[in-house]
Amino acid sequence: MIKARITVTLKNGVLDPQGKAIEHALSGMGFDGVGHVRQGKVFDVELAESDRAKAEADLKAMCDKLLANTVIENYSVAIT
Amino acid sequence: MKSAVVLLPGLNRDRDMIAALTKISGMPPVTVWQTDTEIPDVDLITIPGGFSFGDYLRCGAIAARMPVMRAVAEKAAKGVMVIGVCNGFQILVEAGLLPGALMRNTSLKFVCRQVKLQIANANTMFTRRYQPGQIIRSPVAHHDGNYFADDETLRRLEGEGQVVFRYAEGTNPNGSINDIAGIINGQGNVLGLMPHPENLIEAAHGGSDGRALFESALGIAA
Repeated sequence: MIKARITVTLKNGVLDPQGKAIEHALSGMGFDGVGHVRQGKVFDVELAESDRAKAEADLKAMCDKLLANTVIENYSVAIT
Repeated sequence: MKSAVVLLPGLNRDRDMIAALTKISGMPPVTVWQTDTEIPDVDLITIPGGFSFGDYLRCGAIAARMPVMRAVAEKAAKGVMVIGVCNGFQILVEAGLLPGALMRNTSLKFVCRQVKLQIANANTMFTRRYQPGQIIRSPVAHHDGNYFADDETLRRLEGEGQVVFRYAEGTNPNGSINDIAGIINGQGNVLGLMPHPENLIEAAHGGSDGRALFESALGIAA
């Protein structure tokens, strides 16, 4: 079995109102020097597959077709 | 003119859409369920508002991958009119039937109020009963209506008259780029909009500003 972690983040230049709100909250709590904060998503996926290359290709297809909206989001796949 | 309403778990404006289509066209629309792989012969398919699949993952993302949406895409490719309202608009962009994406409102708040809309293109099959530049009223109720598209897509939308409705007179409730409230596809037969025209079609609603949209699509004289 292969386990993977998929990270989905907003593309540069796409406004992130939630990240902005978190950024302001951190500053308000007294954490000085907080720069930009961007919010993203993490998916931990288990695959019944032993071929790493096949697993990676499948995971990328899952990202392109469902897990990420590639209009506004980037993704990265890490097999653990 | 026959119409259909797409039903998905979590939608909550389906009855409003069915009532509006019934009142305006004089006959009830057929309903199609998420697992249906075929849609009967109709002239107009509507996807109502709500929170399909609880807005899990992204608004409209799961609904867009249901079998019924493949059937909607096939009908749209053949020129059948499609209107997606609110969650329906989100589903159409997630399904790739319209460009761009709908993001969280810049205020981070759910907005439920009346806005003003300018008819940015009155030369479409959905707006021909309106005057160019006309300002109408419409209710909105959404958390993720902040329309976004990359520069190239935006240039194309603006250049080809694909922006159909714009929030007017400072009433943009969600921070959408260029005040965009509704767009059509390049072929001109798929419309998505965040406002709810189906909730302003008769005197009991406090006005009928949204009625002409359905009269345009259904070819009914005002």
